[in-house]
Amino acid sequence: MRRFSWFNATSLTLGFAFLYVPMIILVVYSFNESRLVTVWAGFSTRWYGELLRDQAFLDAAWVTVRVAFVSSTIATVLGTMAAYVLVRGGKFMGRTLFSGMIYAPLVMPEVITGLSLLLLFISIGLDRGIFTIILAHTTFSMCYVSVVVSSRLVSFDRSVEEAALDLGCTPFDAFRSVTLPLIAPAVIAGWLLAFTLSLDDLVIASFTAGPSATTLPIKIFSSVRMGVSPEINALSTILIGIVTVGVVTASLVSKRRIVQRERDEKMAGQTA
Amino acid sequence: MNIGRHTLIGVPYLWLLLLFLVPFGIIFKISLSDIALAIPPYTPSLDLSEGWPGVRDFLRQLDFENYVFLTEDALYWKAYLSSLKIATISTFLALCVGYPIAYAMARAASEWRPTLMMLVILPFWTSFLIRVYAWIGILSTEGYLNQLLLWLGIITDPLQIMNTPTAVYIGIVYTYLPFMILPIYATLERMDDSLLEAAEDLGCSRLSAFWIITFPLSRSGIIAGCFLVFIPAIGEFVIPSLLGGSGTLMIGKVLWEEFFSNRDWPVASAVAIVLLLILVIPIILFQKNQEKTQEADA
Repeated sequence: MRRFSWFNATSLTLGFAFLYVPMIILVVYSFNESRLVTVWAGFSTRWYGELLRDQAFLDAAWVTVRVAFVSSTIATVLGTMAAYVLVRGGKFMGRTLFSGMIYAPLVMPEVITGLSLLLLFISIGLDRGIFTIILAHTTFSMCYVSVVVSSRLVSFDRSVEEAALDLGCTPFDAFRSVTLPLIAPAVIAGWLLAFTLSLDDLVIASFTAGPSATTLPIKIFSSVRMGVSPEINALSTILIGIVTVGVVTASLVSKRRIVQRERDEKMAGQTA
Repeated sequence: MNIGRHTLIGVPYLWLLLLFLVPFGIIFKISLSDIALAIPPYTPSLDLSEGWPGVRDFLRQLDFENYVFLTEDALYWKAYLSSLKIATISTFLALCVGYPIAYAMARAASEWRPTLMMLVILPFWTSFLIRVYAWIGILSTEGYLNQLLLWLGIITDPLQIMNTPTAVYIGIVYTYLPFMILPIYATLERMDDSLLEAAEDLGCSRLSAFWIITFPLSRSGIIAGCFLVFIPAIGEFVIPSLLGGSGTLMIGKVLWEEFFSNRDWPVASAVAIVLLLILVIPIILFQKNQEKTQEADA
């Protein structure tokens, strides 16, 4: 029996307070009437209105969402292919280099990735803009997707795939009708991770964006450098709200699925 | 079958070669060239279009002057050392903060654990930039922390935390804490409790049982967590530039300024190459630790 002492309770309370109090303060003060962010002057939704009227922010948000959507979708396809090759591909030439190139971007400092991609784009004469940000984001997020998907591929029973092949499926059919449904949760998780990473990225986007395209993090960063601003508080609150709803929903769904599976297993046990 | 297999391997392979490996070659090449007032602002010392004479010219002119420059100007090696120091201290602090949380999560009733996990992961999905930004309002001279401490009468003059290394430590610990908690929690959660019961039956106090059994068994999680905080912290740019002010020297910030403000691409590239060389050691150690853990699990 594991004991839960007062020490454990204190460290959980203090730990979660540390994680959440800064964000709660941000949310509370986004409803502050005053432009002086640290002085409370009454409740108001004024900054949300100003934010929604700020065309530059809306444009940046739209660029960011488009970049995130396209790059995470390509990254999911490429990352799933890479994961399949790494786990099921067997031996091929340059395999070590391949797995090295999958893992290295995960630990590479963003400033280096950004700089190297920028120098590449300049040396091949590619104009910087939305397209180059998409290329850059796809490159690093496909590695994250591939790690998520390959951990799922490793863990499931290979014999179902083999059974499909024995029963006359082509390898592609076997992948589509057996493997893909089994790894689907990991593929979706990988896409969400890639999407979030792309939404969030400041450094690589700053290097690869060029003057013609501005993403939301670039916009936030340039106004945050001047200090705290109530519009940014409002924007943060909106983003925190979206993430919270997303994560809570995802964890409720997965909890329901676990409960459902346990019930099914019990039923199967009774009938057997 | 064969065509399918070739596309499956070839497409992601080619993508990574072109957009990950080739760019490193370019960084390395530019780090060996000279700065120039032109667009792009460097003179290429290697011109492959000239064929073999171009390569010969390159080899004749080859000097590592940008690297020599890095050793001569105190700014650079101070920035590397200061990054290493800040990353080390922050990693240690993150371990001190994260371990008790991970430990308490592993002790909590099993029906609570998924919720606690979700609470740890949730900040990780929220924007990194916003989580760093949140601390500006807290730590600044007129910020919430100073207001609270002044109101409580603990201090009489506001503390200067913003724009000091302390603010950077807080920022790194805060943003990377989930990376420390999760691997430690994973090892503690799997631990066999009967070992602890045996130790206590044999007369161990709970504290010494912790040091003799729990702590060593969670070692692989601690090592993984430390690397996951240490490696990205070294090259960190956002945290020192928002919280550290001009007084905090970190190499990620130096590289950024070298590139965007000074427009000295050759030196920026040399800074990047040296940073990579520094990071290779912890990355290899991390990889070894992961392989060992996987073998132990298998």
